[in-house]
Amino acid sequence: MKRHGKKLKQLVDPCGKAIAVAVLCLGSLLGRAPAQGGGELRFCLRSEPKTFDPLKVEDDASGAIRYLTGGVLVRVNRQTQELEPGLAMSWKVSKDGRQVSFRLRSGISFSDGTPFSAGDVAYTIQQLMDPALHSPTGDAFRSGAGNVETKVISPTQISIRFPAPVAGLDRLFDQVAILSERSPKKEMAVLGPFMVADYKPGSSVLLKRNPNYWKTDEQGRKLPYLDSIELDIQPNRDVEMLRFKRAEVDLINSLDSEYFDKLAATTPQLVHDAGASLDSEQLWFNEVARSPIPGYKKNWFRSANFRRAISEAINRDDLSRVVFHGHAQPAMGPFSPANKFWFNSKLKPQTYSPDAALKELQEEGFRMENGALKDKDGNEVVFSIITNSGNKIRERMAVLIQDDLQKIGIHVNVVTLDFPSLIERMTQSFDYEAIILGLTNVDLDPNGEMNVWLSSSENHQWNPQQKAPETPWEAEIDHLMRAQASSSDVKKRKEAFDRVQEIVVEQQPFIFLINKNSLSAVSAAVHGAAPVILSPQTFWNAEWLTVSEK
Amino acid sequence: MRRLRWKIAGHALALLATVLLGGLFSATFVRLAPGFDVDERELDPHLNAQSVQALHDARRQNRNVFKFYFSYMNRAAHGDLGTSLALGQPVRTLLRDRAPLSLRLLTMGLGLAWLLTLTLALSAAWLRLSVYDTLTTVVSGTFLCLPAAVLALLSVLWNVPGSLAIALIVFPHTYRYARNLLVKAYSRPHIITARAKGLGEARILFWHVMPVVTPQLLAVAGVSVSLAVGAAIPVEALCGLAGIGQLAWQAALARDLPLLVNITILVTLVTLLANSGADVIGHVVRGQES
Amino acid sequence: MSFWRKLGCVVLVLVLGASVAANWLAPAGYAKQYREATNAPPSRTHWLGTDEIGRDRFARVLYGTRISLLLAPAAALLSTLMAALIGGLAGYLGGVWARVAMAVTDLFMSLPWLFLLITARALMPLNVSPLVSVLVTFLLLGLLGWTAAARVLCTTAGTLRTSDFVRQARAAGLPGLRLFWIHVVPNLKPVLYAQFWISIPVFILSEANLGILGLGVAEPMPSWGSLLKELEGLVSVGEEPWKFVPLILLVVVVTSFQCLLSRQEELAA
Repeated sequence: MKRHGKKLKQLVDPCGKAIAVAVLCLGSLLGRAPAQGGGELRFCLRSEPKTFDPLKVEDDASGAIRYLTGGVLVRVNRQTQELEPGLAMSWKVSKDGRQVSFRLRSGISFSDGTPFSAGDVAYTIQQLMDPALHSPTGDAFRSGAGNVETKVISPTQISIRFPAPVAGLDRLFDQVAILSERSPKKEMAVLGPFMVADYKPGSSVLLKRNPNYWKTDEQGRKLPYLDSIELDIQPNRDVEMLRFKRAEVDLINSLDSEYFDKLAATTPQLVHDAGASLDSEQLWFNEVARSPIPGYKKNWFRSANFRRAISEAINRDDLSRVVFHGHAQPAMGPFSPANKFWFNSKLKPQTYSPDAALKELQEEGFRMENGALKDKDGNEVVFSIITNSGNKIRERMAVLIQDDLQKIGIHVNVVTLDFPSLIERMTQSFDYEAIILGLTNVDLDPNGEMNVWLSSSENHQWNPQQKAPETPWEAEIDHLMRAQASSSDVKKRKEAFDRVQEIVVEQQPFIFLINKNSLSAVSAAVHGAAPVILSPQTFWNAEWLTVSEK
Repeated sequence: MRRLRWKIAGHALALLATVLLGGLFSATFVRLAPGFDVDERELDPHLNAQSVQALHDARRQNRNVFKFYFSYMNRAAHGDLGTSLALGQPVRTLLRDRAPLSLRLLTMGLGLAWLLTLTLALSAAWLRLSVYDTLTTVVSGTFLCLPAAVLALLSVLWNVPGSLAIALIVFPHTYRYARNLLVKAYSRPHIITARAKGLGEARILFWHVMPVVTPQLLAVAGVSVSLAVGAAIPVEALCGLAGIGQLAWQAALARDLPLLVNITILVTLVTLLANSGADVIGHVVRGQES
Repeated sequence: MSFWRKLGCVVLVLVLGASVAANWLAPAGYAKQYREATNAPPSRTHWLGTDEIGRDRFARVLYGTRISLLLAPAAALLSTLMAALIGGLAGYLGGVWARVAMAVTDLFMSLPWLFLLITARALMPLNVSPLVSVLVTFLLLGLLGWTAAARVLCTTAGTLRTSDFVRQARAAGLPGLRLFWIHVVPNLKPVLYAQFWISIPVFILSEANLGILGLGVAEPMPSWGSLLKELEGLVSVGEEPWKFVPLILLVVVVTSFQCLLSRQEELAA
């Protein structure tokens, strides 16, 4: 029966395709295409895409192209934040969190006509888990030593087994675009709504509708509605804004608050404030024992009381109001309240009180002398804050913090450095005192920040690569993070991560300043847009968008 | 004839040595600058320790400047200019694809700059009116005081070609030199005598003034090429023009050693050729004059 | 003294005087943040409005004048002297000297000095005083900004070397250095004045651009360069024309310098 079914399928498929081709030809002869003429969407990429290989994506521009062209097994709906079927109709994660099984849709082809099957998924996973690949997408799955086993049960069924439990396993597949095992076009044969049609280095990328895209709307019309998407490479936000005002681009993902207000004053219907995003801006002190900064400064920075006092002396409301024009919320901890499930709702907002800050410092032995704060050994409290140049938001925050700390007698020098110099100080020479940087969260799941919280990790910014945790609270965080990573019980994971958030707020290794709002602009010519906080904010539902004639 | 051939060969060799030295210095500067060994990607919290180590190892390959440069010259002799660390593409392809646009931009920009320069400078020297001189000073001074980024943004705002922005960045420099040289030339005793004798202004200009200032104007022209190359970087970056200037900026931010060395060699070559060409023509004109 | 020269003098004295009197004209200072009145338009309390974090722009222009008007001309003088020494002397000596000097100049023009400046910043302590940082910046600009003029000076001096009056002076037995100083240098003045005049605004703008490397004036200290960078927000500047005041002031000062120099140029001519 199965064999007959397979033979019938083999007969029907080419016939079906032939009929489709005939309809297409007839349609074009009549001057009407059967799919939607949804127009062309235009927006800017802020940097040159480094790769079109979805497994090697490491930058935002390449990530945007992957989102628009890649077909994934499951998709996180950016609006509801829930996981939805994609190329997989259904899936099941084992109780131990080590295995996931997918049941795939049938009758799907890549953009070049190559048929899609479970073999392609197996091939993609093998490529992704290649130890030589070194990509963020692949590393997110690497929970332990050992090989990943893929088992193709049928052309539409596959199971994947990992050597160790992977927290939030199913959601990670949102980032895995499936490659074709057999197509001669390699990564350019795609399963997503669009495909790369043209690339002018330094200038633009043109995506065209994928004629073989599997999804249809409720009326049975093939998606996407758009004919094409043009992505112009434009790093400068002033120019991007000018082009939006001139209707040369249709949307701005991640709009600056200053420009938001300017646009809102004249065309309020074009701007969208989706509320607090997942991103945060924070300040931290250098707590690395082997850093070349003076010993007395290390003593200040390694004192939790000092850090808490600094945190109390910073006026976060002013940061939100002055720097972000009110389009930001004072941060309460490592996660934004926008992350509804994982945010610890018991955390209280940080109070602003220079008097309380000064009192706390005095308890540590600091004293005011002629308007300047000195430590118990008579050293004047002077330190520098570095941040990356060209980021006006961070520069302004640093100047406001400089002013706030001056009120309690602390003299701060603000130094802006080019990004590589800053990274070099932060990760290699450790020749810095304090830094303001931000964290861009694309994952809701805290497991994505494992390398930030583990004390042995490179990204444990304030004191990386510790051989053993140097403080009891860091040891506790290590234990809690490992526990939640190896558990498949969501409730237990939540409890563990709630405790991590409490410790971080108590100890202030990161002084979380602000969660900025997700601001965007969408032209009136675009229909169907519903900007959200998760990336990509404005074109997360690109297959449903249309652009009317301007 | 033989002597001339040897002279030309000597000059060519000196040119080549200077270009190669430029590449070596460039490599040394980039290597010694902080941030050489780091990669922005290592800040991605999703990367594990092995991946971060792989990033460090990739950068460490080029740590020894002399080893890198010697290997680069060896490969360059066979047409392989290396691979860009930031963009992952062959440098040769990148330069080949972007050079035509930059060349067009620079040619038009310089042409416009010199048109403006000679028009204003000649008229200022000719008319000798203090009001006119002050007016041209104010105009050129205004463009000199405007940041290059602002001129580039204005060209986007007004939808004018980027070459106009380059012209407006370069022209104040060339105008000032040209105007001063022409004023100086017009004040020479033989010009005053020629005027007193009733010689026409056009004849004075083309027969008596231009031959004197031409070698120096050519030197200014040679220098203006270097100014235009420098101006191309913000103009291309802000106007979204995919030229070599935009590439240079991306390479500098990423400490992309292979790309930076190649771009420096290209810029050194262009600068040397422009200035040497100006010198040679200047010698010929001086020779004709004497 | 011509009318224009007098006018130039008066303007420069007024501007310098205003910057010296900044403590009285703008007693609140350049760093005070009026956080309730950010990006405010001109008013009685803030004559040129406030910037994006509420600092009085008029005060910042006045205090910024001290830095830019003192240090930029000093750096311009340094670069002019270096151009005269390297380019002028090389052209006067001619032959191999000129060829080597010009090859070095061309090389200097082509190198990516950005990385040397980044290294210079790395060698300075992070807590260096803003004054030291800005002094180092203008010193570096002066040391790097001589190449264009040196090239032109070399050609000019080379032309003079073979001119009749120099040959006569040499034949008369005048020593080389005296010949250079008395007969050649005065004829180089048109180029030297041009170099000086161009360098002032170029260095002021360059100081602001070097802020991306951590050099230049540190916050909250203002400079004309940092104030001119506000013009890069072109989208809003059209609606906020008071942001053009630093540009207008710089053009006025630069023109005044030119008026002062013009008499010297006429004499040199």
